[in-house]
Amino acid sequence: MAFFLQNVINALQWGSFYALIALGYSMVYSILMLFNFTHGDIFMTGAYIGLGVATALLALSGVMGVVVPGWLLLIFTIVLAMMLTSLLGVLVERVGYRPLRDAPRASAAITGLMIGIILEYSNLAILGTRRLNFPTLIETTTYTVGGVFFTNKKILIVGIALLLMLALHLFIQKSRWGMAMRAMSFDYQIVPLMGVSLNVIAPLTFAIGSSLAAAGGILYGMAYPVLDPFMGIVLGWKSFVAAILGGRGSILGAALAGFLLGFIEIFTPMIFPSTFRDLIAYSIILLILTFRPYGFFGQAHSTQLRL
Amino acid sequence: MELLKAKTLSSPVAWRSGIRQAFADVPALAWLLGMLGAVLIEYLWGDTLAVMLYLPKVPPLFGATLVLKKPLLFPWALLYGLLIYVLPIGVIARVSAATANRVAKALERLPVSVSALLHLVLLYAVLSIWTENSDYRLQVSKLIMIAVMLTLSINVINGYMGEFSCSHPGFMALGAYVASVLTLVLFKDNRLFGPALLPESLGPFLFPLVLFIGGMAAAFGALIVAIPSFRTRGDYLAIISLAFLFIVKSAIENIEWVGGPRGLGGQPHWSTLPAVFAGMILCIWIINNFVRSTLGKALNAVRDNEIAADAMTVDTRRTKMVAFMFGAFWAGVAGGLYAHEVRHVTPGSFGIQMLAEILAMVYFGGLNSVIGSIVGAVSISMISEILKPLGLYKWIVVPLILILVMIFRPTGLFAFRDFNVRKILRHKG
Repeated sequence: MAFFLQNVINALQWGSFYALIALGYSMVYSILMLFNFTHGDIFMTGAYIGLGVATALLALSGVMGVVVPGWLLLIFTIVLAMMLTSLLGVLVERVGYRPLRDAPRASAAITGLMIGIILEYSNLAILGTRRLNFPTLIETTTYTVGGVFFTNKKILIVGIALLLMLALHLFIQKSRWGMAMRAMSFDYQIVPLMGVSLNVIAPLTFAIGSSLAAAGGILYGMAYPVLDPFMGIVLGWKSFVAAILGGRGSILGAALAGFLLGFIEIFTPMIFPSTFRDLIAYSIILLILTFRPYGFFGQAHSTQLRL
Repeated sequence: MELLKAKTLSSPVAWRSGIRQAFADVPALAWLLGMLGAVLIEYLWGDTLAVMLYLPKVPPLFGATLVLKKPLLFPWALLYGLLIYVLPIGVIARVSAATANRVAKALERLPVSVSALLHLVLLYAVLSIWTENSDYRLQVSKLIMIAVMLTLSINVINGYMGEFSCSHPGFMALGAYVASVLTLVLFKDNRLFGPALLPESLGPFLFPLVLFIGGMAAAFGALIVAIPSFRTRGDYLAIISLAFLFIVKSAIENIEWVGGPRGLGGQPHWSTLPAVFAGMILCIWIINNFVRSTLGKALNAVRDNEIAADAMTVDTRRTKMVAFMFGAFWAGVAGGLYAHEVRHVTPGSFGIQMLAEILAMVYFGGLNSVIGSIVGAVSISMISEILKPLGLYKWIVVPLILILVMIFRPTGLFAFRDFNVRKILRHKG
């Protein structure tokens, strides 16, 4: 039982990375009906930006001689990195997606993939091949409750992820911008006629998605401090799969599917050898999509979308 | 003769139109003869000329690889190219045009296959003489030809049928592994499978059969993607195909008797120039006929509007299944050839990176077009060979080029073109 609970906590942590990234895919998809294939690499860039910001903040507080508590630094890091990464998202939209809005859908997928490759290799070119370590902002403390070990970091990661998802949900359901986005996902050809500009909403969507990915990147850096320029590929593609699994443009679906993927990946090694993890995860996804071809919350042959 | 008739040759525009006029009536046969002459000249006197032009050796890929490695040598390489290739090809093509036209006209009375065969023999002669003097040239040409096969086969699915399939490296891996295991079990003594069952000398003759079985394995693997495609399209199918790619890769990594993640090596070097050339020509010929057949038109119908196609008595399920299996079959054959060329395959090499390369080739060259696939495969392979000295930065420049192509020509360079053999081989003038 304790072992099981232990794995549930791990799965929640692992799933929150997938969920945070999947949200970005899902949002862009619901607005433009295009996938932002750069998203995995935006996650990677977000983690590196977070690393830069955290290092700078630590150095700054060292120079000023002020002792800043770790949690405050973490909040600053997350907020700053989210803002910076959202600029990257806007740039990707401007360069890779806006010129191709009326082009065949695959062309935009290609530009997205290519911008991703550029991000990976420019990172490699600028920072070199050495792996960088994410600075420790919060010391790890381990708690034990009934034989289950968990660290404050895991709680924090799952907590921040859930908080961000809640914030996104509230933003989309309650704010005027959110309403515009929902309207846009309903029909992006008619709604601009009502005075809501697609050229505002699309960058906004990219910005929000990218900032969530950046938060995911920082949380990932907290859990697994060694960063590498290609870390966005595996996580990005799997989150992309989660976004699809959740259903066309469904935020709740994307989050749920992200956690589901986390659970599958953590629980497979309990039964099978760990090298079978990908095999089983993708086979389950294949099965789900064979029987529910439009994901959990997707609707077949309909423009009606949820956000 | 037209060259003499061109009135003024003072401005560059006039020059260009003059040249175009001068070569307007040169048929494909004459161009091939010109190329044959050029490669023969290079074979005989290339080394001497290279020494005279201060070049260390004959420039392997038209001097293109020198641009970045030794830029100072590039003008000489350019001069070399001018003297060895451009000048002889131009002169021979021009001089032989009249005769070649007469021959081409005579050939038109015979079945088109005779004429095509003659052209192919010439083309093969050009290639084999050209690749004679450097192993690098030979390998690059073989890999380019394999890339042409791959690009064409993915064009059947992504271009002609309009699905965004990401599973192509998976099909290729299936073909590569099945073919490799077959040759290793049957013809080669090795550590993994023990002594050979058949004498190795039989191997090259049975190699086509081995490739065919590899292709069939890929085709049956494609059923896993094709059957879900009855119910879903577009992005969901993209995910299914992507999942298929990862499943194949992960499954091979977990099969210990084919080497697991370390890969499978020691294949005999049977992907010789004639084998790869024959494979590519067969692939182009069959795929071109396929997409021009009724079934090929049905693919386009399914792409443009599945429901309408269904109403027009197109059996959409059969069409989709055939397209997937057919595309996967050729990817499997290309995979088998690839495995016997590089002679060591790892599951890791059939991943996202290869997917990005294949997609780049097909979308650069152009969807729904045989000529586009050839152009895409050749140009992307050449560009990445040329940019190799850049190392890391190659992966920044190549994607940039692709982004620009996508922005200015979203369907690729030569999309939606017919590849008409008769028209290409026709006499002119």
